[in-house]
Formats: sequence, structure tokens, C-alpha cells
Amino acid sequence: MTADVRPPAEAVSTALVIKGARPYGEGEPVDVLVRDGVIAEIGSVTVPEGAEVIEAAGQVLLPGFVDLHTHLREPGREDTETVESGSAAAALGGYTAVFAMANTDPVADNALVTDHVWRRGQEAGLVDVHPVGAVTVGLKGEKLAELGTMAKSVAGVRVFSDDGVCVADPLLMRRALEYSTALDAVIAQHAEEPRLTVGAQAHEGEQASRLGYPGWPASAEESIVARDCLLALHANARLHVCHVSTAGTVDVLRWAKERGTKVSAEVTPHHLLLTDDRLETYDPVNKVNPPLRTGSDAERLRAALAEGVVDCVATDHAPHAPQDKDTEWNAARPGMLGLQTALSVVVETMVKPGLLDWRGVARVMSERPAEIGNLPEHGRPLATGEPANLTLVDPAAEWTVRGAELASIAANTPYEGMRLPGVVTATLLRGRITAREGKIR
Amino acid sequence: MKHLLATDGLDAATATAVLDTADELKHTLLGREVKKLPTLRGRTVITLFYENSTRTRVSFEIAGKWMSADVINVSASSSSVNKGESLRDTALTLAAAGADCMIVRHPASGAAHRLSGWLAEAGTSVVNAGDGTHEHPTQALLDAATLRERLGSLQDRRIAIVGDVLHSRVARSNIHLLTTLGAEVVLVAPPTLLPVGVDKLPVTVSHDLDAELPAVDAVMMLRVQAERMTGGGPGQSFFPSAREYSISYGLSERRQALLPEHAVVLHPGPMLRGMEIAHAVADSPASAVTEQVRNGVHVRMAVLYHLLASEGAAA
Ligand SMILES: [Zn+2]
Repeated sequence: MTADVRPPAEAVSTALVIKGARPYGEGEPVDVLVRDGVIAEIGSVTVPEGAEVIEAAGQVLLPGFVDLHTHLREPGREDTETVESGSAAAALGGYTAVFAMANTDPVADNALVTDHVWRRGQEAGLVDVHPVGAVTVGLKGEKLAELGTMAKSVAGVRVFSDDGVCVADPLLMRRALEYSTALDAVIAQHAEEPRLTVGAQAHEGEQASRLGYPGWPASAEESIVARDCLLALHANARLHVCHVSTAGTVDVLRWAKERGTKVSAEVTPHHLLLTDDRLETYDPVNKVNPPLRTGSDAERLRAALAEGVVDCVATDHAPHAPQDKDTEWNAARPGMLGLQTALSVVVETMVKPGLLDWRGVARVMSERPAEIGNLPEHGRPLATGEPANLTLVDPAAEWTVRGAELASIAANTPYEGMRLPGVVTATLLRGRITAREGKIR
Repeated sequence: MKHLLATDGLDAATATAVLDTADELKHTLLGREVKKLPTLRGRTVITLFYENSTRTRVSFEIAGKWMSADVINVSASSSSVNKGESLRDTALTLAAAGADCMIVRHPASGAAHRLSGWLAEAGTSVVNAGDGTHEHPTQALLDAATLRERLGSLQDRRIAIVGDVLHSRVARSNIHLLTTLGAEVVLVAPPTLLPVGVDKLPVTVSHDLDAELPAVDAVMMLRVQAERMTGGGPGQSFFPSAREYSISYGLSERRQALLPEHAVVLHPGPMLRGMEIAHAVADSPASAVTEQVRNGVHVRMAVLYHLLASEGAAA
């Protein structure tokens, strides 16, 4: 079964030196020697014979980013994204590992599909692609998928999610949480009480009311998060809350964490930056699930991320074809691209206003997601002997987003034409350069 | 005016100009045997209806024909919509075939706005004939025309809009237009049929119809949109029963007696007689329901005139 699967993308034996970058954006600039896929030396480094040199004066060195929530669309919608094209987008965005959500066609609810996705990730070799397994068969919310078989497969699945839909049945969610404790796994929930969001098209509030969009109430998210936190506490299981979008959910998370619940949570870049004011455009490029909320929700989410009540940033990268987006609002699929713009949006919303320093960015984009996703090789400290999964960022540079120029096959970015700060200049996976100056290596 | 997509943002001067034109057209045509003006000869108007609405479609069709435009009706059941063609492709095809104006009725809020974007290059004007639960601007204009006729002016008049505000594009369009024209609006509905954030609109809200009626100049009854109550199953309980709705929010003869003498009763139709409005009230002299329909044609003629024939329409 495992014979035809290549081992993880090889570490390179040639040396590489990053010159003059500041780890976590702190202290004096240093040189970093990378050899055999690990950080061999930090400080003042003599460049070894034949070593590649990356001049990185003025740049910030961070552990490679980890995305807990990516839709790669393979298998099934390779016209919008493949594991390979999504891996390229991830590498260009500074990522060294991504979790590919299970709502593909066929659904990743069995080891055949999860292994296929894992293998395709290895073939692309740009980031570590970790398939997420479905919690229930066919994402139908009726019957547990074979979580144990997926956990024991080549891909070694550790994150399970029906993302796209909520595991709404409380008894089934209880069973999933209980069962997952034997697998050292986490259940990632798309928190949406379906009875409260029938026909929903946008955040239920002043804007949606004015424009006549059926509303997606904040309480539909908050009630599920509250319920699941209680179930996770009862089962002593690990719960991860996908794409937190409301201020009320932040309050629930704080309360649950204080009670000792093993709960973690992610927020998307778009929920940090964009609001339901975007509904004014009627352009479904802004349609996403959960929907863009109000300005005060975004403000509370930024504060919660800074404080750690929300643990990390996840992109919810969701490529869609033009015929699924350039339509009337109701007909459009929810979702937007995120991998290549995430860092910039975090800089804009968190770093520039002083809510996070670069050590904080490393925490929310690399360390915490790696811990939650159970990846011992990622999100490691910038220290000698650690795996060289690294990202270099030019904090002073700006760029203009053009959907057509992004590496994804789809182009549905809400930031089209927007000027954003913070440019990823290089990404290293186990010491090998995967992206450099906006190009895939 | 290039498009008529909403009354939200329509300024008082433009709205008044359309109403004045409607007035003029009405008087010009009054008593004429052949109701036909040559104004839009050679122009092609397409009605593109993704929802059935005979009354609105026919009103637009008559308006176009009385202006001598060529009017072509396209409905979802007869068009390529059934074959899965997108709204965008259908609209682009019809524009390429030579439509000067497209009148669209669609179940998605914002559909008319999207169309106006897709048709920008073709230069086709778009009239929103009802999009989802968003707006129905010509209905609001014909309501305003009717109220102007009956009450003289809308300035400082108090108008109650009663019933299913949540699902009503007519209510949204009327709230914006009536307040723009100087009226005060009070919404009377059960809390389940009011949109979230209603407090941010320029209206007052009440759950007590009896208390409001003595102080209003007009009462606009809304249709209870059972087909839009998408909660499904028990979630459909926006109110406990038709009987209770009728008792609390129906315009009965007893309630009509609470109205001032001069007050006008409106209903956009089709009416649920006995539930929303008593039979006798609907047919009483206070009721302007028939005038609403008649004025609808003149208002839609005026809209087509301002889009296609007036100075600057070519720009
Ligand atoms: Zn989701």
C-alpha cells in the first residue's frame, strides 16, 4: 500500500545562507546557514563554497506559515484549483504546510481519497499538503466516516472536518468528539446551525435588511460554538472552531477556555479586514460563508486574535470558476481566494495598527496552527537544529493584488486592485527554496 | 436617468419629475380612444421575468405599447433559463439582439444591479421590476402617484405600512421614496415580520395597528408572502395562524372606522381578502386599489420616457 508513495520531499544537502534578515523582526540582523534541511547556524556566518545566498537586508525571517483551512478542489473541480496550483499559491504566500479540506468530489471521507491528496501534495513538492478527513460519510451528517482508517493511513490524518456544512446533530457531534480522542485528532467544526440559516445570503443585520438579503444571524454560529464547547469539555476532546466571524463567538470561546475546554479557533484574513459594507457592490466576489460581518465584529476579532482567545489565522482559501461567481448574488458559490494575500492582510489589520508584532505573526500564522494540526516539523522556533521551514517577508514593500496574476487557477479575490503592505520574498521547505521573489522554484 | 434600480438613493427632484410626467401622460391620454403616443417608436423594450407576475408584466407591456415601443416578453418558463443558461448570458444575448431597455423581475436581491453592470457596454437601460426581497421601485412610484392624487402632497403626511415588511420589496421601496418625498412612515407588523436593524431606517415601528390608525393619512397593506417564508417546517411560524394575523394586523371594517375621513387605503395586490383586508374595505371609497393599477401604467410610461426619450437619455 505504501510502497509506491515517495517519502516527504527531500531535504537538500547543498548549503544556503540567508544574509542580514532579522528573526521575528527583532534585534540585530543575522545570517542563517541552512544545511541538510535544518538551520545549521545563526549569527555571523561564513558562506560555504557553492552555497546559494539570499540577500535579505531589511527583511523579517519567520517560521513557514501553516494553513489549517485550504480548499484545493482536487479531486473534482480541477478547473478551479489543483493540489499543484494550490501548493504554488501557498508557497508564494509563505506557507510550508496546508490542510486540504475534505469537501471535494468525491468527498475525502475515506483513506483512498485522503491518500490521493497527500500523494499529489508530495508530487508537487512545494508545501506539505495534509488532507483533512470528513467527519461524516459524504458530509451528510448522518454517520461517522472511518476516522480511524484515515488516521492510520499514509496521510496520517489528524484533522477531521465536514467544513462547508456543520455537523449539526448534537449526538453525532458528541460521538465524533469522543471517538477522536483515541486518535489524537481534532474535530474542526464549521459552526452554522442550519435551521437558523435556511436561505441565508448575508450577515443578518442592517445592511442585509436594507438590501433585501435573507439573513445569516450571528447566533447561528454562536449557538453551535457554545454547544460544541460543552460537548468537547464533557468528552475531554479537542475541538477546533473554523472561521470565527462574530464578536459573540469570541465571548463564548473566552468563557469555554476559562473552564478548561480544549478548544482552539481560527479567524480568516477576510473577516479581519472586510465587512458587510461590501454588500453594497452586489458583487458575489464578496459572498463567503460565514458571511462578512459588521465593523465592530471585525474589530473584536482583531482584538481576540491579538489576545490569543482566537488562536490563529486560517485562509479558508476557496477558489471558484467565473461561472460560479460572475452571477446574481443568490446563484454564486460562497468563498474567496486567500493563500497569497493572507500575510498582507494580517500586516494591514494586525501589524500596522500595533496589535501584533512579528513574534505574534509567527504565533498566529505558524506556531499555533502547527500545534493544532499536530505537525511537529512546522511552526518551530528559529533556532539551530530546527527544520528549515522558513518564510522571508519584506515588511516595507507593498503590492497591488491582481487576481489573474495569482497562482491559483481561479481568480476570485475580493482584494482586486487593492494595494497591500508586506511582501513574501522567499519560502523554504526543508531548506529548499520553493518560492522566491514572487516566482515558484 | 440611465437605469431605475431602486428608490434608495433616488433624489426627490428626479422622483418628482417622474411623477409629474406620469401626471401629464395621464391627462394627455384621458378620454382618448386610441391610447398611443409616438414617443418611443423604434425602441425595443424587453421584459425579462424570472418570477411570474402577470400584473406587473402586463402593466409594463401596456406602458411600452402606449409609447409605441416594440415590447417583447421573455419569461423564465419560455427562455433558455430552463436550459441552464445564466442570467448574464441571457441578458447579453438579448442586449446584442437590440434591446434598448430591459425590465427585469428576478428572485435574487441585487439582480437588476448586476444586470446594469453586465449591460454597461451594450448601453441597455435596466428597470428593476422587483428583485428578491430588495426593491420594486415602480410600485413605490405608483403608490406615491396615487397618494399625491388623493392627498395633494406627501409632505408631512403620515403613512402606515402594515404586515409582512420583512419579505416585502414594496415596503423597502416605499420607505425610501415616501420619506424622500417628505412623508413620515410607521411600520406596523409582528416582530417576526420586521427586518433586523429596522431601527436604523427612517421609520417608527409599532405592533399596535389600532393605536396607529387614527393618526395616519394613508394605510398601505402588504401581502403576506407565504412563498418567501423559507424557514421550512415549524420555522414557517412567522405568526401563529391566519386567524390571529387577521385579528392583530388585518384591516377590518371596525379598524377602518378608526381612520380619519380623508385617509387612503392601498394594497399592492394580489389581496388576501378576509385575512389582510376585509372585502368591504377593499371595495370601499377609501380604497385606491384600482387607481394604483391604473396609475401603474402611467408611472411606467413616465419611467420609460425618462430612460429612453428625455434629453440626456442618449448620454
Ligand atoms: Zn466553512
